[in-house]
Amino acid sequence: MLFTTSNFIFFIIILTVLYYLIPKKLQWVLLLIGSLIFYGIAGTSYLIYISLTVVSTYLVTIKIDKIQEIYDANIKENKEKLSREERKAIKAEANGKKRFWLVLALLFNFGILAVLKYSDFVVSNIYKDFGGFGFVLPLGISFYTFQTMGYLIDVYWGKYRAEKNVFKLGLFTSFFPQLIQGPISRFDDLKSTLFAEKDFNWDNFEFGVQRILWGYFKKLVIADRLLIAVNTIIRDPGTYQGAYVLLGMFFYAIQLYADFTGGIDIAIGVGQVLGIKLKENFNRPYFSKSIVEYWRRWHITLGTWFRDYMFFPISVSKPMINLSKYLRKNVNNELGKRVPIYIATLLVWLTTGIWHGAAWNFVVWGLGNGIVILISQELSPLYDKFHNKFDVKDKFYFKVFQIVRTFWLMSFLRTFDCYRDVGTTFKMYYSIFTVRNLNEIFSGGLMKLGLAIEDYILLTAGVVLLLLVSLYQRSGGIRIRLSKKPIFLNYILFFVLFLSIIIFGTYGIGFDQSQFIYSQF
Amino acid sequence: MKRNKITYIILLFFSIGVLYVIQQLFMPKYISTIQEGSLVEEYYLEKANHDVLFIGDCEVFSNISPIKLWEEYGITSYIRGSAQQLIWHSYYLLEDALRYEKPKAVVYNVLAMKYNEPQKEAYNRLTLDGMKLSTTKIKALKASMMEDESLLSYIVPILRYHSRWKELTLEDFKYMFKKDKVSHNGYLMRVDTKPVGYLPRERRLPDYQFGDNSYEYLERITKLCKDNDVELILIKSPSVYPYWHEQWDEQIREYAEKNDIQYINFLDYVEEMNIDYERDTYDGGLHLNLIGAEKFTDYFGQILKENYNLPDHRNDESLKKVWEDKIAFYNQMKKEQEEELRLYGYLKSVGEAAQKIDE
Amino acid sequence: MDIIVEMLEDLHPEVDFEQCSSLIDDKILDSFDIVSLVTDLSEEFDITISVEELTPENFNSAKSIYEMVQRLID
Repeated sequence: MLFTTSNFIFFIIILTVLYYLIPKKLQWVLLLIGSLIFYGIAGTSYLIYISLTVVSTYLVTIKIDKIQEIYDANIKENKEKLSREERKAIKAEANGKKRFWLVLALLFNFGILAVLKYSDFVVSNIYKDFGGFGFVLPLGISFYTFQTMGYLIDVYWGKYRAEKNVFKLGLFTSFFPQLIQGPISRFDDLKSTLFAEKDFNWDNFEFGVQRILWGYFKKLVIADRLLIAVNTIIRDPGTYQGAYVLLGMFFYAIQLYADFTGGIDIAIGVGQVLGIKLKENFNRPYFSKSIVEYWRRWHITLGTWFRDYMFFPISVSKPMINLSKYLRKNVNNELGKRVPIYIATLLVWLTTGIWHGAAWNFVVWGLGNGIVILISQELSPLYDKFHNKFDVKDKFYFKVFQIVRTFWLMSFLRTFDCYRDVGTTFKMYYSIFTVRNLNEIFSGGLMKLGLAIEDYILLTAGVVLLLLVSLYQRSGGIRIRLSKKPIFLNYILFFVLFLSIIIFGTYGIGFDQSQFIYSQF
Repeated sequence: MKRNKITYIILLFFSIGVLYVIQQLFMPKYISTIQEGSLVEEYYLEKANHDVLFIGDCEVFSNISPIKLWEEYGITSYIRGSAQQLIWHSYYLLEDALRYEKPKAVVYNVLAMKYNEPQKEAYNRLTLDGMKLSTTKIKALKASMMEDESLLSYIVPILRYHSRWKELTLEDFKYMFKKDKVSHNGYLMRVDTKPVGYLPRERRLPDYQFGDNSYEYLERITKLCKDNDVELILIKSPSVYPYWHEQWDEQIREYAEKNDIQYINFLDYVEEMNIDYERDTYDGGLHLNLIGAEKFTDYFGQILKENYNLPDHRNDESLKKVWEDKIAFYNQMKKEQEEELRLYGYLKSVGEAAQKIDE
Repeated sequence: MDIIVEMLEDLHPEVDFEQCSSLIDDKILDSFDIVSLVTDLSEEFDITISVEELTPENFNSAKSIYEMVQRLID
């Protein structure tokens, strides 16, 4: 049941109605049942995997919590009796036990993910003719595994206590709007609204529905339409080279943005209708002036997950600090400072790449991002010098230049997740410089990509609307502004949006007159 | 902000209204092209009762003229035909029609028995879009839909036709709410001629047995007629092609005998009817043109009259006026088509309906 | 305390660290800065700053960093 099916819309409507009719105490239970239905329809076997994750995480976090409790009680009771050394020993013992359980749960859960997602990739790289194990990858497993493991680590760190109700943890893990493509939530963050008792609230409802509509608009009118052209280009790298590759990058940038942010808009909107606040996942990323900034604004919840649960733990781990100290003593201060950061960065980006997909493309893509980030970090003193010398930093045109540069840099990197394999991607890069066919695109080439002139006009209008909304967002939320306008105007605006989704959306069986031309029987 | 419930209700109705208008705009109109698409819908404009109902595919709506039946025998009739009407379509169209009237006889053309499963989404649309929403329609949809079709898009057809925004024409605006009639009690007139030319050879089939699904619906049609005290007549319309295999004929004959229904294979009476495939067909032998259709109707009317004791309504004052209008429309269209034929050499008004053989 | 401010100024000379108390919330310090700061601090004060300590509350101002270091030395 994808977001763009009519079943999903019915599901949401029925769920929402029930949600505000039943006793408020049961609202979260309904959400759990709804989420399980949602997930179960996608695949009954998925329910087994997600249950394994929930139950194992539950048991381990409770265990860790217990160890901590016993330790706290012990210390409190014997505060006077114990020496500092003894206290330290007890603490170390407790930490050791906690760590044992943590590692166990991490291995188990990431193990499931690894076996299901990566075993084919790994084995087929060793044995060329390997046909694959044929595991079915449960929908959204990368997302929910990360979300749950974040919770586990937080409990281990003592950020908050473990959840005592396994079903609540189940809902946190399986909450349907975010299950398939995020945002990746934090337990302490989500729990305040997820399990709360909610009254129906018009503002929430209205804003939620508007957000959902906007998401569908982006997905159905822009992304899915553009996808036709993107697919034409990337599926036939023999034909579409040179300027087409650039065009493909440009289209893919818009398509991916509209698709992903559209999906997130729907998820957040559905949450809002249900009175649940999900984290924002994007902050107008294409206006970023550097790649580091871009990654702070694109898929934010994944970025912060990697920062908190991987980058920091690796870079301040004992071995890293020791390495840093060693380098400071024996080589120089600067290197000592940077090596932990660099190692952690590359590891994080390697993992980010693999997280996105089990293929070499993603490995290269991830490392590519990491390397570009490190290079720009290295060059930043140089940049600063340049900025100071020419005093361009606050100039408008320079900012535009930076934004355009970042956009294209990201588009180039992103190309790795388009083409079949790494080799093809490099071939396509090469063709940009060798194949001169810019004229061809504008003398009919555009029309051969599966879209008609009307589609391009529509897309242009859609992208302009996207840009305007983005610019508006910079100066405060657009919907809050709109809600101050007369109700009638406000309503008409969103009704028009609704109509344009219905009419211009890319869904269903297209009307192909030739299909209808009567062939007599 | 203060919210007024009434404002919302007004806005809601307004939205549904706008959506309805837009839906009307986006529906294919089937006026200048693919007129067959209008047939099912036109039935509901009909006020009078009929003694005979024809159901089936193009072999009924191209070959039988209810106007001729009236003129010659005073029989009132209507054709609930549609493009590639499969047998479950026929069954539900009959069920639908029986909600409005009770004919004395129902004629089913058996060619579609050869299709045991739904064939093409487009044909489902041509037949089912025109049906008024009812439980019968829902049942018909469930029986007809292909795997990738959704029920919702039949109930809210804008979901199906929304992508026509690129190809809307003036016609779509003109016929948004009211369409011109294209048929004569379900008969689609063609006066042009295209003699039989190339004839594909009879292709051997691996299996001549009609499918279980086809039989099931034939039985349901039989039962429905029996339950409603309506005479059922099975026919095979005269045509050169598609081929009506001997083995098929036998199966229908057997079925008819077993169920005590009349089955007439008009392929056996082509000479007697005086049908000339050099002159009486408009598409090389698949369908009859007006001259051919009138010959066939005349012959068939005689049988209906004699065997089923159908009353002659020609002196019935209440019907007379209605049928006079129908005859006038019939003759006018005939004249217009003949005029067109003289001017252009072909029938411009029926559009470029392809005349392929879809086997 | 002065040493800490010095370290911070080393990273971002343009910021007034004596005053600012929203280093994380205002995104003045990014994750790279935090890690280099941690390596500096562990070197300077010979402490172990474990990853649990890397919270916005601990790094939002020079003062809060100082307090954290104090606590860890104990």
